[in-house]
Amino acid sequence: MDFTVALAQIKPKLGCVADNLALAEVSVADAVKAGAELVLFPELALTGYFLKDLVPDVALSLDAPEINRLKELSRHIAIVIGCVEVSSDYRFFNSALYFEAGELRHVHRKVYLPTYGMFDEQRYLARGERFRAFDSRFGRLGILICEDMWHLSAPYILAMDGATTLLCLSSSPGRGVSEDESLGSTSAWQKLTATTAMFLNCRVLYCNRVGYEDGVSFWGGSEVVSPAGSVTARGRLFEEDLVLARVEEGELRRERIFSPLMRDESLSVTLKELARIDRERGC
Amino acid sequence: MLMGSLGMNTALARTILVGFIREEVRKVGLTRAVLGLSGGIDSALVAFLAAEALGPENVQAIIMPYRTSNPESEAHARLAAEQLGIRHDVIEITSMVDAYFESYPDADNMRRGNKMARERMTILYDHSAAWSALVLGTSNKTELLLGYGTLYGDMASALNPIGDIYKSQVWQLSEAMGVPRVIIDKKPSADLWAGQTDEQELGFTYREVDELLYHMIDLRYSRNELIVKGFGADFIDKIQAKVQNSHFKRRLPVIAKVSNRTIDRDFRYSRDWGK
Repeated sequence: MDFTVALAQIKPKLGCVADNLALAEVSVADAVKAGAELVLFPELALTGYFLKDLVPDVALSLDAPEINRLKELSRHIAIVIGCVEVSSDYRFFNSALYFEAGELRHVHRKVYLPTYGMFDEQRYLARGERFRAFDSRFGRLGILICEDMWHLSAPYILAMDGATTLLCLSSSPGRGVSEDESLGSTSAWQKLTATTAMFLNCRVLYCNRVGYEDGVSFWGGSEVVSPAGSVTARGRLFEEDLVLARVEEGELRRERIFSPLMRDESLSVTLKELARIDRERGC
Repeated sequence: MLMGSLGMNTALARTILVGFIREEVRKVGLTRAVLGLSGGIDSALVAFLAAEALGPENVQAIIMPYRTSNPESEAHARLAAEQLGIRHDVIEITSMVDAYFESYPDADNMRRGNKMARERMTILYDHSAAWSALVLGTSNKTELLLGYGTLYGDMASALNPIGDIYKSQVWQLSEAMGVPRVIIDKKPSADLWAGQTDEQELGFTYREVDELLYHMIDLRYSRNELIVKGFGADFIDKIQAKVQNSHFKRRLPVIAKVSNRTIDRDFRYSRDWGK
């Protein structure tokens, strides 16, 4: 189906769930008013990014009142939003929640937790164990959180699982100022979203946050990428924005006819070779 | 010659640094900033960034000469402040510094220079409280890595917009922002005594050391790779030692661990906690 998506490029407050939920409610209302049917928020939109020891304090269990509020809001518009999720055995996950028609329909727990350079996620967070596509009123979707997208296998698995739209929630820090026109992180992500879309004949809806935490900027630039890899809408750099774009079913249909890469992709060859690699590594 | 690797998209850097000052100041519920203006390029650049971020009416520059300071420094500081239209006050530090050294007449230049830097710091922090303004740091990445600064003196600040850009990049950004030409062109000096220049005191030029630091720190070239790249072994070792030996200046004081949750070791929060 054709639909209108809104990318809510917000500036969360570090460790302030109530404030961030209020911020999200404003974006939800704006998105509804603009006629959007799906609104994406960034990674950890309800908490901010460099949480460190705040992780347990801001974590939400899936029966928390904040989650119920998001369910209610999703009666008017489907919502994807990032938060810290606590499980009943007290593991903390960097999660993305998908709400539709008043219900929590899907949870993705970030699998690839960057723990190098400026990142320290695995010190504080538990790792997700699965990539699963799921059905929605917008067709079959797959969710990735930031670093997940940098592992080729992750969007590949989702696309093989039938996802035709990839939702990517991000808190990408701005770094790499050189003589180039763009920031290093901006140009790297723009290559990544376009290439992923093109390889997998999938739409990519990418929502990145803005603002600063302890001197680190987040650069925004959220985008809607067509299955052919071209950008149909892009958010402002470094500033809050609500990016609206019309997503057409016909574009997906035409691309899948023009370039049937996913039709031809061989699951059995991939599985056979991966099984061989696994066997050989084992000896 | 402008080295390719240290070339910078100044428009982008400006956006990030202006946004940094604006957001980090407002986040703590304030609107203003105060900084020491020496007449040199680093503090001039920070003043330009701050005026753009907060509006000139929200930036206060304090010019703090000592009796041996070059009068040209004060003139250049005034020039920058007047061009920006920011409030600027001159507070002489001679009487306080000299009062102290009456008891220690044999103190060398380093002790005197450090005392001056720390005297200036106390004045900035007093104005910070008096004017509800955050103190902006003006140490660039080259100085911070080499430890060419006074701990708790000029290295002290609430926010440092230029601590991740090398001196060679400070020059580029200053040009782009319209810092007065005379300030850009003059030889960098800590101005602790007459005729002092940084490059003479350090024994190498900023352009040389920036190129080395960029490859050593940012790109993580190994010693052998640096030699192949054309840097002298002695120069590499000297700079490596400077970076290592000054590391204590870039860290908080070391706390002896006794409990299960020690500040900064296993009690870890961002400074922007709740902001």
